[in-house]
Amino acid sequence: METKTTFTPHPELPPPANTVGAVGWLRANLFSSPANSLLTLFALYLLWLLLPPALEWLLFKATWSGTTRADCAPGGACWVFIKMRFGQFMYGFFPEPERWRVNLAWILAVLGILPLLGKRNPLRLPAAVFMLFVYPLIAFVLFSGGFGLAPVETSQWGGLMLTLVIAVVGIAGALPGGILLALGRRSKMPVIKTICVTFIEFWRGVPLITVLFMSSVMLPLFLPEGMSFDKLLRALIGVILFQSAYMAEVVRGGLQAIPKGQYEAADALGLSYPKAMGLVILPQALKLVIPGIVNTLIALFKDTSLVIIIGLFDLLNSIHAATVDPNWLGMSTEGYVFAALMFWLFCFGMSQYSQWLERRLHTGHKR
Amino acid sequence: MTHSFRRTAGAALALLATTGIAHAGATLDAVKKNGFVKCGVSDGLPGFSYTDDKGNVVGIDADFCRAVAAAVFGDATKVKFTPLTAKERFTALQSGEVDVLSRNSTWTSSRDTALGLNFAGVTYYDGQGFLVNKKLGVKSAKELDGASVCIQAGTTTELNLADYFRSNKMKFTPITYDKSDESAKALEAGRCDFLTSDQSQLYAQRIKFANPDEFVVLPEVISKEPLGPAVRHGDDEWFDIVKWTLFAQLNAEELGITSKNVDEMVKSATNPDAKRLLGTEGERGKDFGLANDWVVKVVKQVGNYGEMFERNVGEGSALKIKRGQNALWNQGGLQYAPPFR
Repeated sequence: METKTTFTPHPELPPPANTVGAVGWLRANLFSSPANSLLTLFALYLLWLLLPPALEWLLFKATWSGTTRADCAPGGACWVFIKMRFGQFMYGFFPEPERWRVNLAWILAVLGILPLLGKRNPLRLPAAVFMLFVYPLIAFVLFSGGFGLAPVETSQWGGLMLTLVIAVVGIAGALPGGILLALGRRSKMPVIKTICVTFIEFWRGVPLITVLFMSSVMLPLFLPEGMSFDKLLRALIGVILFQSAYMAEVVRGGLQAIPKGQYEAADALGLSYPKAMGLVILPQALKLVIPGIVNTLIALFKDTSLVIIIGLFDLLNSIHAATVDPNWLGMSTEGYVFAALMFWLFCFGMSQYSQWLERRLHTGHKR
Repeated sequence: MTHSFRRTAGAALALLATTGIAHAGATLDAVKKNGFVKCGVSDGLPGFSYTDDKGNVVGIDADFCRAVAAAVFGDATKVKFTPLTAKERFTALQSGEVDVLSRNSTWTSSRDTALGLNFAGVTYYDGQGFLVNKKLGVKSAKELDGASVCIQAGTTTELNLADYFRSNKMKFTPITYDKSDESAKALEAGRCDFLTSDQSQLYAQRIKFANPDEFVVLPEVISKEPLGPAVRHGDDEWFDIVKWTLFAQLNAEELGITSKNVDEMVKSATNPDAKRLLGTEGERGKDFGLANDWVVKVVKQVGNYGEMFERNVGEGSALKIKRGQNALWNQGGLQYAPPFR
């Protein structure tokens, strides 16, 4: 008689109860040592102190509906103020019947950028050409008028729209400017090198607030009487010059990180300088410094609020201006909380985009 | 650094001011050519110039610019407002970015001379005052001996207060704060007995309190802050127009001409002063290079001085500032306009 033995594996034992599930997670992450336990308890205590009053003010006791200051209950935030002024926070003094133009410009921007996000999209090239060469013109016409649209002066631009205009134009101007300056600084031609070094060191050496102040207060004094050009344009040029110097140093960091062999290999292939840079060096260098570039961009986005000192009404200044309306005095906390939220949303968005970009482009160097 | 910078800026301004900017009347011609008056206002001061829910620039400073536009064009809407920060304001006027600076600026000798400005009068007599809790039962600043005061650190208000108390042989305990919002909160919480700042600011602070009626602004004013519109040196004709726009508004109030009754007054006025002011007698408008009925347009569209005051900072506004020093001279105030003849 044959005995058949079949291997019946012992059913796997479950892991110890205190290493899985919620308990396990808590033990591993919050209470792994006495010191960590103490810190966890302390953090919980802080949250318990801060969170309930904050939530109460922000949400539970806040007033959401109404039209005047009198509708607001004491003890909570008065979001009515934000609601009533929302149009101004978004568009500044842009005439109300024309505000669709601003919306249209942003919608076009989003539509133009979407195809660029896909990896192998047949629309990528046309979309890139559109965004680089056609879109700026369309946006300019939509914002300032012409071709049958009512003209809107830049002094009427404001709010989030102005913040975005300064940030986007600043970024679009500073990135190519910075790359050129970085290449110039590493150039072997002494004149170009000196010019670039001088430019970078000068603009990095002055605070942005001084640049803006000079552009708005001193520059008009040096121009002949009657000749004045747009205040916003002056500020934009200042921002671009200033940021391109910073961008140049970030890009130079990337250029220096590329091993010498890459340069030599490009030369050995007989590539001309533009081709060697454009095909071999820059794609690697820029990829390396994405965190640095995004850092600069986020800083630039937040720096836009400095235009407050030259009387341009960006998001922050529009909010500030609204808080001095006698009908809404005492609403500054609500206003600044709203401003913080808007700035955080945009900066967080940029940071997320950069991380996504890094993941997509990781080809080798990842550790 | 700030000092040398200021000196350089001042020198540059003075240079511009003295090198003869324009021949007389150039500003009026330029304004007429543009089709609007370029008016510099503040970047936000309750009652003086700020933007309302609909995005209109309102306030007494803004209204004065509307009055100038009404004088020049007969249309008070032909103004382009440029919000200016405190640092930019004088450069903007010098460089021609604005034609009138109506931005709660104090009239001082150095601004009149070194900065090359001409102040066209006083639209608001401001000055440092006191805000106290009614519970204290104080009726006059003279009763504040030994009181504690909430004050902003390092401001001229602090020095003025010290001078005032010393000259009245009184003592006070200062509690300093960095921002005006903080000192107002401190007064509301009862951490001090009174608050001192420019009077127009005190009224604005009071609105922020949960119970504004528990606080009162005392009648005493211990410093001089005459706020008025300014134009640049070198164009007397434009200076005259701006100056007399304000005087016309004051004279209109004195003669009882308001935006409501001005049309009737044009027809029925018998008082020779009123007839000259409204242009029904004589050709006074021509002297300014304006239409003969320019005052009618100013009063009809913007109102006389009293209307302008009440609407923006007085009883008709949230600020509820009393006329006080800003009442007409024949009603115990300081507002006095030369005769229109």
